[in-house]
Amino acid sequence: MLNVIEDSTVNPVEQFLRTDRMPHIWCPGCGIGTTVNSFSRALVESKVDLDSIALVSGIGCTGRVAGYVKLDSFHTTHGRAIPFATGLKLANPKLNVVVYSGDGDLSAIGGNHLIHAARRNMDLKVICVNNLIYAMTGGQTAPTTPGRATTSTNPYGTFEPAFNLPALVDAAGAVYVARWTTFHVRQLARSISEAFAKKGFSFIEVISPCPTLYQRRNKMGDGLDTMKYYKEKSKVKNGAPTGEVGLTLNGEIAVGKFVDRERPDYQTLMRAQYVESLGERYIEVTGEAEPEMECACG
Amino acid sequence: MKADPRGVLTGTHFIDGDHACCEGALAAGARFAAGYPITPSTEVVERFASRVPTVGGSFIQMEDELAASIALQGGVWGGAKAFTVTSGPGFSLMMEHIGYAAMTETPCVFVDVQRGGPSTGLPTLPAQADMMQARWGSHGDYEIIALCPNSPQECFDLTIKAFNLAEEFRVPVMFMMDEVVGHMTEKVVIPAADQIEVVPRKHTKKSIEEYLPYGTNGDMVPEMAHAGEGYKFHVTGLTHDERGYPNMTPATQDKLVKRLQNKIRSAADRICLLEEDSLDTAEVVVVSYGITSRVAQRAIDLARERRLKVGKLRLITAWPFPDKKIADLASRVKAFVVPELNLGQMVREVERAANGKAKTFAVPHAGGGVHNPDEILNAIVEASRC
Amino acid sequence: MAKGRVSIVVERCKACGFCVEFCPTHVLALSSAFNSKGYHPPHVVHPEKCSGCDLCGMYCPDFAIYGTKTPEAKAAGTKTQAGGGEK
Repeated sequence: MLNVIEDSTVNPVEQFLRTDRMPHIWCPGCGIGTTVNSFSRALVESKVDLDSIALVSGIGCTGRVAGYVKLDSFHTTHGRAIPFATGLKLANPKLNVVVYSGDGDLSAIGGNHLIHAARRNMDLKVICVNNLIYAMTGGQTAPTTPGRATTSTNPYGTFEPAFNLPALVDAAGAVYVARWTTFHVRQLARSISEAFAKKGFSFIEVISPCPTLYQRRNKMGDGLDTMKYYKEKSKVKNGAPTGEVGLTLNGEIAVGKFVDRERPDYQTLMRAQYVESLGERYIEVTGEAEPEMECACG
Repeated sequence: MKADPRGVLTGTHFIDGDHACCEGALAAGARFAAGYPITPSTEVVERFASRVPTVGGSFIQMEDELAASIALQGGVWGGAKAFTVTSGPGFSLMMEHIGYAAMTETPCVFVDVQRGGPSTGLPTLPAQADMMQARWGSHGDYEIIALCPNSPQECFDLTIKAFNLAEEFRVPVMFMMDEVVGHMTEKVVIPAADQIEVVPRKHTKKSIEEYLPYGTNGDMVPEMAHAGEGYKFHVTGLTHDERGYPNMTPATQDKLVKRLQNKIRSAADRICLLEEDSLDTAEVVVVSYGITSRVAQRAIDLARERRLKVGKLRLITAWPFPDKKIADLASRVKAFVVPELNLGQMVREVERAANGKAKTFAVPHAGGGVHNPDEILNAIVEASRC
Repeated sequence: MAKGRVSIVVERCKACGFCVEFCPTHVLALSSAFNSKGYHPPHVVHPEKCSGCDLCGMYCPDFAIYGTKTPEAKAAGTKTQAGGGEK
C-alpha cells in the first residue's frame, strides 16, 4: 500500500518527520538535516511503501536521524547499525532496511561490519553522512579526517592517512556506490531512489559540513562557506575508479555514481543454496507473523 | 500456547548439552540466531545452522560477537524469536548489547557455555566464572534473568524456559551453561509439541494511533510492535519516555530504570526456580548450580552416610538471586557450603542474603575441571562443627 | 505573475543562509528580525520571482522553509527551470 502524501501545500519532508520532536539538535549550518530532505524526496520519488521501511542508525550526530524520522526507526549502539539492520532484514525479508549513520560510526567503530555487509552483499541501503570528524563528542580525528586538518585530538594537524570510503566499500563488494555533497540535494535524492530500486549493498556517502567542529577549527568559515566550497570544488565523475576519489583538505571533491553493478545479494544466494541442498525440506523465511503469534496467550 | 511442531524433534535422544540447547531453542520458537564460533559453545549454532532452514528461520555467522549480539536484536524487532551463543571472551564482547537489550526491552536469549578465564584462559575446559559478569557486565543499573542447567535434559527444558521468561518480561535472559554440561552426552527426552508451553511475544493489539511503545498501563512490561507493521515506532538506547523518544532528564531516568529493575524484582519469587532436598531437617545447606551441583550431590550423599544433616539447594535460576529463600534458611541452619568453579562469586550473594545469621563456607575452584567431591565433603564436615 | 510561493516556519530557522544563497531566482534575504532563539530567519524580498522549485526546502537543514507552485503554475504544468544544485 502506498501511503506517501502528495500535497503541495505542506513541506514535503514534514510527513516523514516526528514533528513533535522539532526543532532538532543539529547546529546551525550542519548538513545532516539537508540530507534528510533528499532522503524524503527519494521516498516520494521511489514510491516505496513507508510501512516497509526500517531505518537504523548508530551513535553520533547522524545517528540522531533515527529519532527524527516518522518510520520504524532504531537508534542502536555505536558502530552496530549495520549488524542490527542485518538481523532485521534476515528476520523479515520484506523490509526495506536503510542504515543512516555517520563516518565515524560506520567506518571506525563499525568498520568491520561495513566491509562484511558489503562482502555479503546484504540488501541494505547505507547512507553515510561524512563530516570528516567526530562531531557529537567534540571534534576528534575520524578515519575520514583528511591529512593536515586540525582536530581536538590532532591539535598539530592530522598526520594519519584517511579512508577513501567509496574505494573501501567498492573493494569489499558493494553493488552501488555514490558520493555527493550536501550541495547536491537533487542528485543525492536520485541516488537514494536508485538504491531503493537496487537489491544488494548500496553505499551513498554524503560530504556534509560540521561548521562547529571541523570548519571552524580549520578556519574554513561556516556552513554556508562550506556549501560554496562544495559548489566550487566538486566535480562530477560518474564511473570514476574509486581508487582515485580520495579527499584532501581543500582539494577537489569527486562526486557522482562510481559503482552500479549486479551481484546476487546474500538472501538470494542463501535461498539458492538451501533449495539446492534441501529441496522441499527448505522452508523460507517469510516475515509473516507465525500462526502462534496471532493466538491470544491464555 | 503450544510449541510450533515444526521445531520440535519429539523423541528420545542421546545428545550433548549444546545440541539439546539448540533443540530447546527451536522448540521454544527461535527462528533466528546470529553467532560467532567459539569453543565450547559452537555446537549449538552448528546444529541450529543445519536445522533452521527446515523450520522457516535463518542463521547467520557474523564477523564478531559484537555483531552477533546486536544482529539477534535486529531479528527480534523484525519479528523473530532470536538468540546468540558464545563463551567467555565472546561473552565479554557482548556486554554492551546486553545493556542495549535491557534498555530497549528486547526479549532475547544469550547462551554462555562457560570456560576457564580470564582472557583466552581454558577454551576447552569448564568454569563457572562468568556468573557475576552475567549479572553486572554491562554498565548502568539493569536486571537480567540467568538460568543454570546441570544436564543435557535441562539444556533442552530450560532453554525453552529462558525464551519464555525473555518474552514474558521483555528482558535478555542469560543461559549459563558450562563446558561439562555443554559437552556431556546423556539421554534427552523431547516431548510432543502439544506438551510444550511456549510464551508468545507480548505483541500489542492496540491501533497505530493508540500505541505507546513504552507505555505500561500499570503492567510493568510494555507491549511490543515489530518493524514493518505500520506503527512507525522509535527504539533507542538513550533514556526514553513512554513514546520511546529520548528524554534525558533525571525524572525520566528514575522512572525508566526503576521500572526495568522492578519488573524483574517484583516477580523474583515466580522467576526463581530452585531444587530443594531435605531443607527442613538440614543443619548445613549446600548451595550449588550447574555441573557443580552434580559433584555436590556425591558429597551430600557421602555426608549423609556420616549421618550429617545436609540439605541441598540448587540454583536453577541464579539471577534474580533467591534472597528470601537464603534469608529464611539462614535463620534456621548453621551454615551454607557453596562450591563453584570460580574463586568466589555466588557465595558472596549467599553471604549477603544470609546477613550474618548463618556461616558461609566457600569451596572455590579455579576451573579447568570439576571439584573432587571430598573437597565439598570436607567443607560440609567443617560447617557441621561450627 | 509569480509561479510559486515560499512558506517559512520562522521558529525552526537557525539562519544558516543556505536558502538565501542557493535560491535560483534570488527571492529571499535574511531578515533583520529575530526569532525566539535569536536567529535571523529569511524573508521574501522578491515574491514575484518565485518559481516554486522548492530548492530552498531541499537545502534547509532545519525543515523551516519550502516552496510550492501556485495552482495556476501547476495547472499549466510548468516545469521547474531552476538549476537544482546541478553544476
